[in-house]
Amino acid sequence: MPTPDTLARSLAAGAAAQTPLLRFEQLSKVYATPRGPYPVLADINLEVNRGEFVCVIGHSGCGKSTLLNMVSGFATPSSGQVLLNGAPIQRPGPDRMVVFQGYALLPWMTAYENVHLAIDSVQPNISEHQKREIAMEHLAMVGLTAAADKRITQLSGGMKQRVAIARALSIRPEVLILDEPFGALDAITKEELQEELLKIWRNFDCNTQQAGTQNCTVLMITHDIDEALFLADRLVMMTNGPAAGIGEVLTIPFPRPRSREEIMEDPRYYELRNQALDFLYNRFAHDEDEAA
Amino acid sequence: MTISTNPTSSRGERTPPGVALWWKQTRKAILPPLFGIGGFLLFWQLSATLGLTKLAGPLSLFTEERTRELLFYPFFDRGGLDKGLFLHAMSSLSRVALGYTLAAVVGIAAGIAVGLNKGLDRALDPLFQFLRMVAPLAWVPIALVLFQNNQPAAIFVIFVTSIWPILINTAEGVRQIPQDYRNVALVLQMSNRNFFTKVLIPSALPYIFTGLRISIGLAWLAIIAAEIVMPGTPGIGFFIWDAYQNSYVSDIILGVIWIGAIGLILDRLMVWLQNRIAAGQ
Repeated sequence: MPTPDTLARSLAAGAAAQTPLLRFEQLSKVYATPRGPYPVLADINLEVNRGEFVCVIGHSGCGKSTLLNMVSGFATPSSGQVLLNGAPIQRPGPDRMVVFQGYALLPWMTAYENVHLAIDSVQPNISEHQKREIAMEHLAMVGLTAAADKRITQLSGGMKQRVAIARALSIRPEVLILDEPFGALDAITKEELQEELLKIWRNFDCNTQQAGTQNCTVLMITHDIDEALFLADRLVMMTNGPAAGIGEVLTIPFPRPRSREEIMEDPRYYELRNQALDFLYNRFAHDEDEAA
Repeated sequence: MTISTNPTSSRGERTPPGVALWWKQTRKAILPPLFGIGGFLLFWQLSATLGLTKLAGPLSLFTEERTRELLFYPFFDRGGLDKGLFLHAMSSLSRVALGYTLAAVVGIAAGIAVGLNKGLDRALDPLFQFLRMVAPLAWVPIALVLFQNNQPAAIFVIFVTSIWPILINTAEGVRQIPQDYRNVALVLQMSNRNFFTKVLIPSALPYIFTGLRISIGLAWLAIIAAEIVMPGTPGIGFFIWDAYQNSYVSDIILGVIWIGAIGLILDRLMVWLQNRIAAGQ
């Protein structure tokens, strides 16, 4: 499962040269409201390569969730389209697994049963033994072997988030979509989980059917600039709604594997951070949530 | 700190822990209801003795020889309708069990269908809301015309009285399944079977149980109405109706006590079951 870093990188670069995994084409979304149509997103164009880690940042209400919902398939574009491997996305599917904001784990089941249900739904025909093995392997990956048989209600917020990540990865999605996954966690758990997510992402082979190994492609919504700079390859910054769009895309050049200390010492870190701050709080300041 | 100078607490330590302690703890739970019930019985008996009402007092359960026999010998069976009250109650309970089980099966199935299908919901909800307002007794003539036969008519009356809370609560439980869970099912492209057994039923279960609990009370309430339409068969409802025809007022009182007690037991049973299930959640 762990792959030499350079190989993964060069393969990702090779894939990038061919076709992007995801392509947003002139994407717009308009909601019908009692006071007439309300454009949430307008003219979004973006390409995401296989194996890329992309963070989306913007003020609340700017349509970040709507944007990702059109990738997961929970929302359909009003115009334009999102292409996955060249085909337009039409409905939700396990190739674009979501780690939901409120975890969305079934509370009457154990951690193991939640992961098992996902595997059972996506691969009903493999043997029970295999299902169990895959479930335990992914619970082990997030460090929950001991808590596998605990009910969700007995787990802390951080542990629930781990189960949600294990469930999402257990079905080998092509794209992993995370909607503010660490927003509700305390600062220490948050940093811990960020590091773990990064480690899992780098060691995780998302598509075993394909020749060679690839990192999983990740789309993640965040409110936290430091989180984005630590995790992402690129940071997509959204302008404010109505008719929000992509204001700027920052490429984050830090080499991987990343360590928080090294990044903090890099002078480019503060340049990027200031650039993002300037974008969010000066050029696209939000009157309603200055504190965000 | 080991030597207590507080007279109250040292007195408390000296009392034997067994019976006295138990009494101290349960006194507050037992005495008020005891006074309440005793007071009510006393008032009832007085108003009967003083001739304020025509209704016999509670003591008539013991003073009337026929009623006393029924009170102390609930298990006798002299064949036909001449049975102890326990046997009458069992006949009624089996009837209720049949009607209620039917109501539960149909109610839960229909509730799920209505909860999942908005069009069906809009089409049928006004009808359900209307029908659930019809009293058990009003169903009796309709049931008789419909079935032309006592036994199925009685079952139908119990069924039609108790189905609505189950149906309406189940539908609400299904409507209340969090969007998050539905989204998980969508993104995993969960099979209908998995969605049904792993998501829908567990999620709606608390609502279903609320409906089942309300309905068991209603099913039992409907028993009198149901059994009035079927003279000549044993049952607690028939027993009361028969006693009324013969003006055995103290027998009626005894029958009513049995009905109340059984209803209470059924309700407690459902609460217990509900807590067991909820604890498992």
